[in-house]
Amino acid sequence: MSSLQAATPLKYRLRNQLDVGWRVLVALLALAFALGPVLLIVSASLDPRDSMVSQTVIPENADFSNYSDLLTSEIHPYGRWLLNTLKISIITAGLTVLICSISAYAFSRFRFKGRRGLLLTVFLVQVFPNALTMVATFLLIQAVGLFIPSLGLNSHGGLILVYLGGAMGINTWLMKGYFDSVPRSLDESARIDGATDWQIYWRIILPVVKPILTVVALLSFIGAYSDFLIPQIVLQDTDQFTLAVGLSLFIRNGDYSKAWGIFSAGALIGAIPIVTLYMFLQNFLVGGLTAGAVKG
Amino acid sequence: MQTEGAPAPSSLPGGPKPSHPFFSLKPVRLLIRFGMLAILDAFSLLFIWTLIANGRYPLAAFVFVITVGVNIAFLVEKAYPFRWFAPGLALMILMLVYPTAYTLYVAFTNYGDGNLLTRVQVIDQIESRTFAPEGATEYSWTAFRSNSDPDEYVLWIQTEGESFLAEVGEELTTLDNASSAIRGSLDASGIPTDVPGFTRLAPNQIFAILDALTEITFGEEPNTVTVDSVRVARRLEQRYLFDSVADTFTDQRTGVVYTPVQGTFTADDGSTLSPGYWVPVGGENFRRLFRSPSLRGPFIRVLIWTFAFAVFSVLLTFSVGLFFAMVFDHPNMPAKNVLRSLVLIPYALPAFITANIWRGMFLPQFGVISTTLENLFGSSPLWLADPTWAKVGILIIQTWLGFPYMMIICTGALQSLPSDIFEAATIDGAGPLRKFWNLTLPLLLVSVGPLLIASFAFNFNNFTLIDIYAEGGPPIVGTLTPAGHTDILITYVFRLAFSGGRGADFGYASAITMVIFLILATITALQFRFTRIWEEISENV
Repeated sequence: MSSLQAATPLKYRLRNQLDVGWRVLVALLALAFALGPVLLIVSASLDPRDSMVSQTVIPENADFSNYSDLLTSEIHPYGRWLLNTLKISIITAGLTVLICSISAYAFSRFRFKGRRGLLLTVFLVQVFPNALTMVATFLLIQAVGLFIPSLGLNSHGGLILVYLGGAMGINTWLMKGYFDSVPRSLDESARIDGATDWQIYWRIILPVVKPILTVVALLSFIGAYSDFLIPQIVLQDTDQFTLAVGLSLFIRNGDYSKAWGIFSAGALIGAIPIVTLYMFLQNFLVGGLTAGAVKG
Repeated sequence: MQTEGAPAPSSLPGGPKPSHPFFSLKPVRLLIRFGMLAILDAFSLLFIWTLIANGRYPLAAFVFVITVGVNIAFLVEKAYPFRWFAPGLALMILMLVYPTAYTLYVAFTNYGDGNLLTRVQVIDQIESRTFAPEGATEYSWTAFRSNSDPDEYVLWIQTEGESFLAEVGEELTTLDNASSAIRGSLDASGIPTDVPGFTRLAPNQIFAILDALTEITFGEEPNTVTVDSVRVARRLEQRYLFDSVADTFTDQRTGVVYTPVQGTFTADDGSTLSPGYWVPVGGENFRRLFRSPSLRGPFIRVLIWTFAFAVFSVLLTFSVGLFFAMVFDHPNMPAKNVLRSLVLIPYALPAFITANIWRGMFLPQFGVISTTLENLFGSSPLWLADPTWAKVGILIIQTWLGFPYMMIICTGALQSLPSDIFEAATIDGAGPLRKFWNLTLPLLLVSVGPLLIASFAFNFNNFTLIDIYAEGGPPIVGTLTPAGHTDILITYVFRLAFSGGRGADFGYASAITMVIFLILATITALQFRFTRIWEEISENV
């Protein structure tokens, strides 16, 4: 209906003022709903009393004591969790891009028997995320650990291994679609110059498809960073935890009313990397590139 | 992999792959390839061997198949393209296809607490059990304590004409075989005063450690000795004899025969030998799922709530998102883009953070929502402990988490709607509501429909929100399984397998996983049937 009003402005010009008025009101309501909890956390993180009780909108004697407490906390090694998470997410993102771009290049450039079946299989397999088979994944990582402990239970290597297992699928598809749009004349000329397939992939194609590599890297980074299930299955020691598992401990252990300020500080710091990445991703959101990024 | 870094030779028209003028790189490349393949194979074989030694046969078979596949890809010239898929496919088969197949297998077994071991492990364990038979030779004994480890002892045992030195995990040493130090230090009663590395304990030192001593089995199976009382030690015998032909254990003390029933050696009177091993039990887990009254009740509840949660999630986020999208979508709306960016924040924040924030806000007595409601109305619902209000709380959070995504999608879809049909509708006298229901909504659903189904499938397995909010709680009272009122299928599986507090039940958990698989497969099939996704994909291949 709104586009209609735009199309016939004469008839509605007088009502426009009123129309915009209520829209602004509703927009402010939406803003309050969306940002309320976030502002609450910002305020709590600056409130030195560190308690949920009697929290005020603008804290008295605001300071950064919660932040310094957070980073020096003996009970909850927050800094370590953050480093663990960044390490796992970055390695996962890097290897995912490498593995998937190699496959996508072959899907895009080679013609061979079984190509179609393989492509469709890769697409279908990703319908079932590996979080579902958590029991088998647990037993599998346990078995791998018998041989290589640094890829077994309670290791970050094991966690990354699980993530890489789910890397094919939608990522390969996203990349293959993009690779297809790179004109083949580019490869042909390189091939005439004597380049091998690997050289064409590494030196010609990869630099041209950076946008899709960025999208896939960001998506897998965010996926690993935010995962709450698989770390709980693979990791056992508090020191090995990721942020997602660790942060929940702040307000699960009964003393939540006291740790609220520290938790808030931790929540905000933990959100920074992801919010920053989403700013990058926003441009791709509407374009439908993020079909695999459904979250709500 | 071809990793040589030679610069590309200058253009030679005519030949697509010119050879190097002086020497060919091919042998070097081949050597590198074979070398790496050999290392990989050696590695795989070691892994397979470890797996077989631990009784993990299905996984060993998968690793073997993957290794063979990789070898074919790198050795057979015709399989060249598959070299490029090797890393991705190997990981996918190992980490995704194998667990799926294995889950299907475990769903038909009784794998879980009480039946965690393999058959070989269990038989080994039961065979190693011993007992002191009635009327067996009684020995007098003397204990020696290790000089280096105060918890380590050896025993000198003797009876008429027979004496031994008994160490833990070592064969019993007869006097003749004992070291000369021992043989030379025998006292009047025939007890050595000197065992190298150990100190003889006087009778008055024995009482303090008697309890510890009776726990220790000296000697090596099957010839073991245990301390019975201050004076007496007995030779132990193997308690259960395994008959591999009849597949039974016989209790040497009572004569009772135990035959395996679903992985547990069971006697006629129903008594069992634990632990059990895990065996296929056919459709037992599924039968329990649908027939057993104490399990069916919670399962059906969890199933219904899973669907309700996913459906309401989509409905609420979509309607709120669409509403705001339409409100924002006005040519004269000020600061449109800034507003949209700000409203997107709940979506941009990781769910594990926001779900924790909301949990804090919903906490009784402290949480800002509870305290505000108490100040306004004098009381507040128990957001985490009341079955109904916990569900309401989850849906409120879900709406908050998901509406920005829907808003973005709807904004894009609204802008691409053709304006001429709306003009036509206005000329035909349609009001705004009529236009919304008959034009906007149907047209919108065509374009965002697939995304709504994807959102449904995602929320069907939204582990993070459910588990953080109340860990599936409050618990459903009076059930055998750790089910909660807000549990969805995937959190229920997690609790059954990992954090039940009532023991792991991998078999039953896997059976429920298969139900999730079936539902997801159905949703996907519907999605393909009613949208053009599959056609698009098939054509794009």
